[in-house]
Order: sequence, then structure tokens, then C-alpha cells
Amino acid sequence: MSNTILDKNLSINSLFGGGVATPKHGYFPRELEDEAIYIMREVAAQFEKPALLFSGGKDSITLVRLAQKAFYPGKIPFPLVHVDTGHNFPETIEFRDWLAKETGAELIVRYVQDSINQGKAKEETGKYASRNVLQTVTLLDAIEEFKFDACIGGARRDEEKARAKERIFSVRDDFGQWDSKRQRPELFDMLNGRIAIGENVRVFPISNWTELDVWNYIKEEKMAIPSIYYSHQRQVIERDGMLWADSEHLNKDADEIPFEATVRFRTVGDMTCTAAVASEAVELDDIIGEILSAEISERGARIDDKRSEAAMEKRKQQGYF
Amino acid sequence: MDILRIATAGSVDDGKSTLIGRLLYETKSITKDKIEALESASKRKGLNFLDLSLLTDGLIAEREQGITIDVANIYFSTPQRKYIIADTPGHFEYTRNMVTGASNTKVSMILIDARNGVLEQTFRHFFIASMLRIPKVIVCVNKMDLVGYSEEKFYAIKADVQAIADKVSFKGQEITFIPMSSLYGQNISIQTTEMPWYAGLPLLAELESTSFDEIKKPARFPVQFVIRPKTEEFHDYRGYAGKIASGSFAVGEEVTVLPTGQTSKIATIEKFGTQLSTAGAKESIVITLETDVDVSRGNMLVKAHNQPNQLKEITARICWMDSQALVSGRTYILQHGINDSKAKIISLNSKIDVVNQDTIENGVSALKLNEIGEITLRTAKPIFADKYEDNPANGAFILIDDQTNSTVGVGFVL
Repeated sequence: MSNTILDKNLSINSLFGGGVATPKHGYFPRELEDEAIYIMREVAAQFEKPALLFSGGKDSITLVRLAQKAFYPGKIPFPLVHVDTGHNFPETIEFRDWLAKETGAELIVRYVQDSINQGKAKEETGKYASRNVLQTVTLLDAIEEFKFDACIGGARRDEEKARAKERIFSVRDDFGQWDSKRQRPELFDMLNGRIAIGENVRVFPISNWTELDVWNYIKEEKMAIPSIYYSHQRQVIERDGMLWADSEHLNKDADEIPFEATVRFRTVGDMTCTAAVASEAVELDDIIGEILSAEISERGARIDDKRSEAAMEKRKQQGYF
Repeated sequence: MDILRIATAGSVDDGKSTLIGRLLYETKSITKDKIEALESASKRKGLNFLDLSLLTDGLIAEREQGITIDVANIYFSTPQRKYIIADTPGHFEYTRNMVTGASNTKVSMILIDARNGVLEQTFRHFFIASMLRIPKVIVCVNKMDLVGYSEEKFYAIKADVQAIADKVSFKGQEITFIPMSSLYGQNISIQTTEMPWYAGLPLLAELESTSFDEIKKPARFPVQFVIRPKTEEFHDYRGYAGKIASGSFAVGEEVTVLPTGQTSKIATIEKFGTQLSTAGAKESIVITLETDVDVSRGNMLVKAHNQPNQLKEITARICWMDSQALVSGRTYILQHGINDSKAKIISLNSKIDVVNQDTIENGVSALKLNEIGEITLRTAKPIFADKYEDNPANGAFILIDDQTNSTVGVGFVL
């Protein structure tokens, strides 16, 4: 019965008359925004020292917009915190600085390089070396330094199956660790942010958004995003069937010769752990069209997730987002 | 675009994961890389078919033990609407998980294995769906392929389930029965070819056509956060931010502030600077009032003619969710929406045997994990709650253990 489940060439279109149904995919469900704004306000009310973890990616840019909306005409009542790995795309850093200025939000940056220099983190070696795992050290140090009791992040449950099980208020112990068995039940919309000294809470306001929801929101809100999300020319190498951005941080084999390609990034992490996709998408509508017809999921381009089936859960146990 | 939130409930091996996998597959919500990952994981486990449960069993412990431990949230969409499925495990800490998963949903999908018919679990599913007042239940009679797609079998199960529903369902709850085979895709998104005797809709079409009549509920606006920018432009601005729990509010309407009882009129309703004339349930807005009144977090704006009770003594049905039992006389923190208060359990009135629908009133001294009972408690400050039955959006609360900070129970105001 190896293919019994997937053998029939069925499609949703056959139910709705062969694709003549009006596509309503273009509409963002506003209920998701109301829910996220409610969560933002709970964070500001329940915690003494919250922070918004900002990566420069589309999800955290969405969070900044939601925070702006939640407290308008007041300012965002917490700082944006960026853990700079030193391997970020320059376009992301440029965008980060612009956004902080534009919104008037306080920006705090802490560097993975400092953690390495202090001997707290060790640079990985080999051709798959990245600083993805190392940033947890810097993040936990920043949490301790500023005594943050809540950190807002842009993780979504549709991204990855360990994330699908995480709460909106995710309690971490004083080592930042996630314990999947000790999660608090979340009933209706009631959020319990009570913690002991030393513990902190990771908060995920866009838990129930999908990748498509985020893009539709960016479009409907006419939000600016870093240029690397759009199609551009870039030097890349091909490795494991994926296109990797060439940079001084990437350890290449002798036979990995960079070439120019027309690409964009669907998800933005470090240059060393995010793959590019061949794309001609120059507008948001093109991007949305690509996602609707994509055969590969968003995190399929995340090299960091491919280390093992439980890569995400294991990193979360160590204090990762 | 709207969102339909669904809870699924089943027993061990009734094919729930396969059904969800089917829905995702037939709505093109599983991408190629996920199918490939599924293939290699299935092979590693020595299976010769795609184990769709691996799609949702996201935790290491779940995959090791081959069981679902925690509620998983699954997303898919059609051209019509977005769906969120809260997939609740069939056997592990069952009641706690199902109540949690179902608490935000409008539809409960209950699975029954056509070979086994009604099980003890089926009673629990129905009881919980009714306790939470979920307006629509879809009974999925699955694995029809294993009973030869028998019409008699289906109608026998339907009669058994109907008998349970007659005992526990509430007025207005809609119950639909669909015979299906999730393994062979019969009646999932495509009308069955094997059961010509079935005249109803396949599951997906049933979900697509589900809609609920607007029932007018009293206006309740819990104040979450007071916005005071103190900038030059907004020097005297005081905005009350919150999400409308139920009902609607309009500019110019008179409102009463609880608990003070002060009244004022709504000057503006705002969303990020956009001025609205009205706003309804679930909308996150900012309200400004015409006059200076004392309003802070935890207060509630309501209409003068339709106010909730200001309760300091509450009788409620309670579902216990902690390994440390509820005992009479203990103090907890009660959180109702965004308002909270210390609360002392005055009495544990009864315990409910869900399967036999019996109420045990004598000699109940504790309420253990996954048990449901009735309590009376007293709060330190008033709680502005409605009866859950009348207005679910303002009728539930959680109890928090002040020593562990855990959420230990959920209550439904009687």
C-alpha cells in the first residue's frame, strides 16, 4: 500500500469546479492582527522588562508593525534587541537601522563575536560552519544583562513541527530552556505570564500566522522589507541541491566555484545558513504567487533545520527561539 | 477572509492523523520537501507506507513512543477560508488536552472507527464539546473501507451516537454524521464513489459551508492597557486599549465603567489612528471617553442597561489540569480574561462521572487531574463575569497555583 495515500491525483480544484472558484487567498484574515495586538498589549501589561527580538527578517518586521499598532499613538514601550552574528546580510543590517529610526524604537545590539572573544562560544569549523547555534549564548547573556523577563519573537507554528506544539507564552527556565512536557495549558485567550525570579517568557504573537498570511499582511499594510526578499543578481555556489550566497563567511571546497544567478531569499537568517531560491519575483504579488505554487516549504531553505529531524526541538531545549 | 477553528478528537488508532494528513494533502497544503521527509522517516521506522502521524508528532518523545502527547496546531487554507485545527491526542492526559484544544474552536470533529463503533471516549468527546458549548459537531465515521462501506453499520453507529448526543448536547448544537475512509480519500474532499447511499456532503465541503448565525451578545470591553503618550501632539490623550470580548460598541454611546460605576460617552474608537464608528467582538481597538473618569487595567466598559454580575462568590464547573489535586479551602489566583484576583475554594460541591453522566455529590474531597466537578469559590475583588452558558466569551476563567505559577484548572461560570 506504499502509495495508497498519495496515489490519486486529487486537487481542491476538482471540488470547486476545476479552478474556477474565486481565489480569496489574497486576503489577510484581520482576526490574526487583532489577536497579535492583544498579545503585544498583554506583554506590556504583565511584564516589567520586555523586549522584542529583532532579526531583520520579515516575521520580526511584522512584529514591529504590530507593536506600533498596539500602542499607537504611544511609542513602542520596549526595545528592539538584535543578536548580530556578524554573518548577517548587509542589507538586513541597513534595514534594521532604518526601521529603528523610522519607528523611534530603542535598538539594542549584542554581538556573537563578543561571546566568541570572551571564550563563551566557539566558532564552528568545516564547510557547514555557521553561527546559528552560537547566537543562543549571546541572547541568553543579553537577557541576563538587561534582566528581560519577556522576549517577543516572530516564530510561527506552521514553520516546523516542534514549533507547532509551542505555546504563545512559552516559559523558559533561567538557562533559557524549553521543556515541552512542562508547558502550561492555554485556554481561550487567557495568557498566564507569571514566572519565578530568573525565569523568562518567550512570546510568539504570530504563532497562528502562516507564511502566506505574513506576505499578505506585508502587502496589505504596504510595509517595507529588505531588498534581498526580491529578485536580484548574486554570486552563489551550488551545494546539496541548494543555492548558497557566496561570502567571506562561507567555507567553500575547491570545486565550489561561485557563479552569478538571479535569486531571492524566501527566509532570511545568516548568510551561512539560509539558501537562496532562483526567482524573478520583483513585486509582492510575484512572491505571493511563488509561495502559492511552491513545492518546497519555507524552512526547506533553512540549512540549520536539516541537521536532524529534531534539530529545532533540540535547539529550543538549549534556549534557542 | 475568515478563520474556522476546529478541534479534532479521537481514540487510539482511529485514523485521526491519516485524516488530517489527507485534508492537508488534498488541499495541497503539504509541500514536496515535507512529503520527502515523511518518506525517509517512515522508511527509517521500517514502514512500507507513509506514516502521516509523523507530520504532526513534532516532539522527540512523541516519535519515540509513537503517540501524540500534546495539542498540535495545524494550518491549511482553501480559496474560501483559513482553517486552524487543534489536534488533540487520543489517550495522553486526554481531558486536559481536549478542553485546551477545543477552547477556541467552533467545530469539533469527533472520529469513530467504523469497526469499533461508540467507545468510552465518545462519551467524553461529546460531554466536553457540550460543556464548552461548541456549536457544531461533525461525527466522522472513519475506516468505512474495513466494514465494506456498509450502510447498516453506519446507521447503527449514528443511532448510538445520537443517543449520547440526546443526553448531553445543548439546544442549538448542530450534529452532522459523515461516513468516510481517510486512507482511500472517500468523502474527504471528494464525494464518495463507494457509498452511493450517502447523500450528504464530503467533509471538506461540509466545513466550507459551515457558518454560524450572529447571536447578539452583551457588550463587554475589558481594558488591557492605558495608552498615555504624553507627547506634545497627544498631551492629554488617554486611550483605553483592549479586545472586545463580546457585543459591539459605537461612538457616542454611553458606557459604564466597572467596578466604579462611573459613566461616560465614547468619544472615539481607534485602530492605529484610523477612526471607526463601531467595532465588534474580537476586535483590538482603543477607546477614548468624552470625560475624565478613572479607568485602569482590569476594569471593564459595558452598557448601563446590560451589565454583568459583579461576583465575589462564584459557582462554576471546573476541569482540573494539574497533577496536584484541587482541595477545598486552598487559595489560588483566578484569572478572568485579563482581570485577576485571589480566590479561595469554599466548597467542592460535586464530581461528574463523564462516561456515565452521573453526578457524585457525597464525600468528594479532591478533584484530580483530568476530573470535572463543581466548586464554589470566593474572590478578593469582584469579577465581571457572565454565565458561560449565556456568554462564553465572558464566562470562563483559569485558576493559577501561586506557588508553581502553573495554570491548574479552567472554570465555567454557572
